[in-house]
Amino acid sequence: MTASALIIDITLWGSVAILGFMAWQRGRVVLVSSVREGSMDFLNIVPRIALGVVGSGYIAAVIPPEVITGWLGPDSGWLGVLTAVIAGAATPGGPVVGFSIGAVALKVGGGTPQVIAYVVAWALFAFQRMILWEIPFMPARFVWFRAAVSVPFPFLAAAIAMVIGKP
Amino acid sequence: MIVIGALVAICAALVWRRDGIDGVLNILTHDLWLFGEIIPRVLAGCLLGAFIAEILPHEKVSRSLGPKSGLKGLLIGTAFGAILPGGPFTAYPVAAALLTVGADFGATIAMVVSWTLIGYGRAVAWELPILGTDFTLWRIAISLPIPVLAGWLGRIVFVRIYPKGEPS
Repeated sequence: MTASALIIDITLWGSVAILGFMAWQRGRVVLVSSVREGSMDFLNIVPRIALGVVGSGYIAAVIPPEVITGWLGPDSGWLGVLTAVIAGAATPGGPVVGFSIGAVALKVGGGTPQVIAYVVAWALFAFQRMILWEIPFMPARFVWFRAAVSVPFPFLAAAIAMVIGKP
Repeated sequence: MIVIGALVAICAALVWRRDGIDGVLNILTHDLWLFGEIIPRVLAGCLLGAFIAEILPHEKVSRSLGPKSGLKGLLIGTAFGAILPGGPFTAYPVAAALLTVGADFGATIAMVVSWTLIGYGRAVAWELPILGTDFTLWRIAISLPIPVLAGWLGRIVFVRIYPKGEPS
């Protein structure tokens, strides 16, 4: 296990312990009922997470990262921003893949506004994170709503980047 | 979920046609391993969400993050998303808990978007080393207004779609 994973697990279970203690201070009943509630949520979510984890592996295998890098070529202007946004949403894998593709695009001459749009779109819409995490945990209506109102913002970020330029 | 299941089946079939049964099994074992690693964190996230839903006073949450919380509610959501520790296994259960205790879609959108765009966890661990300090800081500076704007847009659209409040 890497150090960062260890730190994540310590802060995570530390927060659980602190909040559990706060619940216990409210009374044993509060603690028991919230643990039961949390465990029920967990049991409901496990099959969906299983589908998400296994499934996104297959989806990622069908979309190789080279395809995404190709979309992010040195094509500038708004068409480039649009492809960058689609590429960001379609990027499989975790943060390493997403940011590395951004870095490659910068190196091969991708415009900075396009790479900004790519990173922002990836943060907002990466399909793997939505399938694996957001849809299982959040009400479906919220997820679609959130994604829909987020659509303008990669374009806004690119526009700001075009106007102010790189410092 | 059915749509996702169908999509997964299609992709698995494509992998099978391209790489044969070995390719399919390779991905499956890798992903099951990943699943085993994730599962305890998911449990922790679910417990966090349940504790938060139990501990936070509902009236207070709906006052400071509810539909009438205004810009302040969006700013609180943004700040909360930016400082939230952990990964998606904490952010989404906690966001779901906030929704159940009275936060509105707008403030919750601000929180989720802020977590993905300006949360320090991912930026420090991955973006800084891979994309460099200049790019990362610049990207975050440009992203700063986005969570509030997204939450605000969310509220405007929400009252248009559900003028009588969210249907149950």
